[in-house]
Amino acid sequence: MTSHRPLHLAAEVASGAGPDAARRTLALARTAEAAALDFLTHDDTFAGPGLDALAVLARIAPETRSVGLVPTVTTTHTEPFHVQAAVATLDWVSRGRAGWRIAVSPSGAEARLVGRRPAPPTAELWQEAGEVAEVSRKLWDSWEDDAEIRDVATGRFVDRRKLHHVDFQGATFSVKGPSIVPRPPQGNPVTVVDATRPAARDTAAHHADVALISAASAEEAAALRAELHRGARAHGRDPGQLRVLLSSTVDLDAYEGGAGALAELIAGWHGGGAVDGFHLVPAAGERDLERFTSETVARLRERGLFRTDYEGTTLRDHLGLARPVSQYAKAVASA
Amino acid sequence: MSRKQIHLAAHFPGVNSTTVWADPRSGSQIDFSSFEHLARTAERGLFDFFFLAEGLRLREHAGRIHDLDVVGRPESITVLNALAAVTDRLGLAATVNATFNEPYELARRLASLDHLSAGRAAWNVVTSSDAFTGENFRRGGYLDRADRYARAAEFVGAVRELWDSRPPGGAPGTFAHSGPQFRIEGSFPVPRSPQGQPVVIQAGDSAEGREFAASAADVVFTRHSTLEAGREFYADVKGRLARYGREPDDLKIMPGVTYVLGDSDADAQERAAGIRRQQVSPQNAILALEQVWGRDLSGYDPDGPLPDIDPDPDSTLVQGRVRVADPVAVARKWRALSEAKGLSIRQTVIESTGRQSFVGSPATVAAALEEFVATDAADGFILVPHLTPGGLDDFVDQVVPLLQERGAFRTEYTGTTLRSHLGLPDPVWKGGTP
Ligand SMILES: Cc1cc2nc3c(=O)[nH]c(=O)nc-3n(C[C@H](O)[C@H](O)[C@H](O)COP(=O)(O)O)c2cc1C
Repeated sequence: MTSHRPLHLAAEVASGAGPDAARRTLALARTAEAAALDFLTHDDTFAGPGLDALAVLARIAPETRSVGLVPTVTTTHTEPFHVQAAVATLDWVSRGRAGWRIAVSPSGAEARLVGRRPAPPTAELWQEAGEVAEVSRKLWDSWEDDAEIRDVATGRFVDRRKLHHVDFQGATFSVKGPSIVPRPPQGNPVTVVDATRPAARDTAAHHADVALISAASAEEAAALRAELHRGARAHGRDPGQLRVLLSSTVDLDAYEGGAGALAELIAGWHGGGAVDGFHLVPAAGERDLERFTSETVARLRERGLFRTDYEGTTLRDHLGLARPVSQYAKAVASA
Repeated sequence: MSRKQIHLAAHFPGVNSTTVWADPRSGSQIDFSSFEHLARTAERGLFDFFFLAEGLRLREHAGRIHDLDVVGRPESITVLNALAAVTDRLGLAATVNATFNEPYELARRLASLDHLSAGRAAWNVVTSSDAFTGENFRRGGYLDRADRYARAAEFVGAVRELWDSRPPGGAPGTFAHSGPQFRIEGSFPVPRSPQGQPVVIQAGDSAEGREFAASAADVVFTRHSTLEAGREFYADVKGRLARYGREPDDLKIMPGVTYVLGDSDADAQERAAGIRRQQVSPQNAILALEQVWGRDLSGYDPDGPLPDIDPDPDSTLVQGRVRVADPVAVARKWRALSEAKGLSIRQTVIESTGRQSFVGSPATVAAALEEFVATDAADGFILVPHLTPGGLDDFVDQVVPLLQERGAFRTEYTGTTLRSHLGLPDPVWKGGTP
């Protein structure tokens, strides 16, 4: 049952706060793309350090062609309306390769950067993050795909019946809509949630297209994946539309058995149905990503487990995720 | 170089009736390739910067989303970061609202753009604030003009403090800002950016807006695009600088202008009239009238006479755009014009709105632009083309070389940063001072 599931591979490319960080990140992105990885993550927190992650990946977008671009985006002190517009725009400038990894900001020090409200408890922050994910999907859907009509006879640029107020009312914010950005190429850019911590797990099950987990054994990973699938079902989702990736910091110099052994582990866990893929966080960026792509990925390819080239153009294509129909289009069709 | 030098910027065609979307040559308003085309054209023309406007709620008219003009656009800063990859020298200016953002986050985003573009970032500070737009934001709400500018001035001040909180080449310092609008503290995570202080542009016209520009901006984006109004505005704003210990050259005045070229002046005039007819469709003519009158005039014939009822001064018909300042006076003027020349509604709107600022052969337009700058009606122009994405091709190919021949425009970029293109001095690091 699991043997035909494609394997998904991703890598973290943030390169610190130094003056050459963005240049190093671009080099890492090229290495990852040459190996046909599904996507890059660029970690961030509200307090940094260094440049804004979404900005860095937007800068890289025109210099890459295929690899998915997933910046960490904080939902705690930011405006949901701005956040969704920026992610949609990353999807436009990358021609359908954008995702976002949702993060919360629990620290008092980060709250004081904004000075608006003290940091609420982490559970509430993940609840709010879930609402930000939900309103983002609504706003991405608030323009139906064919809203722009350019009808010269009636002088209308858009068909306003295909633009929708979202009227979202959350616990800590509300948004009227519609978005200012037309529906992005992927319909909904890919939502990634780091589900390593239990506090984030329900939000991941509810909203994530890709959930990242950490586990010490294949059994532990399988149990987490099953838990996420159960959660997805409980939220009315098809678990087949949720990819679960093991995320792990790897120092390939210290890794017992080296890059080849890592390939065995990935192949074993994936083949056994414990995970859908692997997210590499290189301990030393250039060295570990280089060895991962030239040795580990090569080994996985020899075994016919990983693509030799990109087969689609969007991040959803790479992940085997369907392009969603606008929720408002569906409502009209069934009305 | 004794001649006063002209500064040029390229405005991506906007969400309003200036942009002619019905023309067969009109391309996508959202694909990255359109932004890339216009930015590369501007860089080929050695422009100072590329400019993106902002609107945070789709405009509505009579309670419904306005559908006659271009609708929708990308988020500015993200597009500019991507454009940094396909341009080398061109400045990159994002319009970002000071009411619906917070200083720390925006300071970081702009400093990031400045790094990723190697010193080409600019921020156009706008203050639009109404309850209508506020419905998209946590913050919500309406601010009156004085409060808007109080918030904007403290916002810009706080952002400048954050940019200065790290010494050149130095480690993260801490900042603490405490004022009526913001009480924030912490450590700024971005190393000092190539420009140190990215360029600040101000767009807004009231006395409060002008004072704010004089105190805090590097560039003013104005709507005063006639010689007379331009000179008056120029003298007024430059006259406010001394109070802040600033020199006239420290603030560049750049009106947003439109232009039409032709083989001859007569040819250009004919084309200009044709473009205005495209801009003012019959539906747009009624809409323009409703924006002034503030009333539902959908029953009127665009080819018939103007309404004889008066505007409703308290109308809420139009949401999400700057209001007509004195609707009764505008209505009186339009009626007089219509009666004097026997014009229909549509003809009156075509005559009174959207008249292009510069119309003529390339030589005529080049001479007029230079006269504007030489006689202190402007320091340069933000050119607003009516076509996406090719609307500046003819200007760059035909007018820029003439400005260069006249010695009024650069023949190569001499610096790498936007501050250097604008002739702004390197900022003095003010960190550590209270
Ligand atoms: C030339 C010009 C361009 C402007 N562009 C924008 C814009 O892109 N987005 C926006 O929200 N407001 C824009 N504004 C509106 C101003 O920020 C301001 O809200 C408005 O002019 C009212 O302020 P005032 O009373 O000082 O004129 C613009 C204003 C001017 C004069």
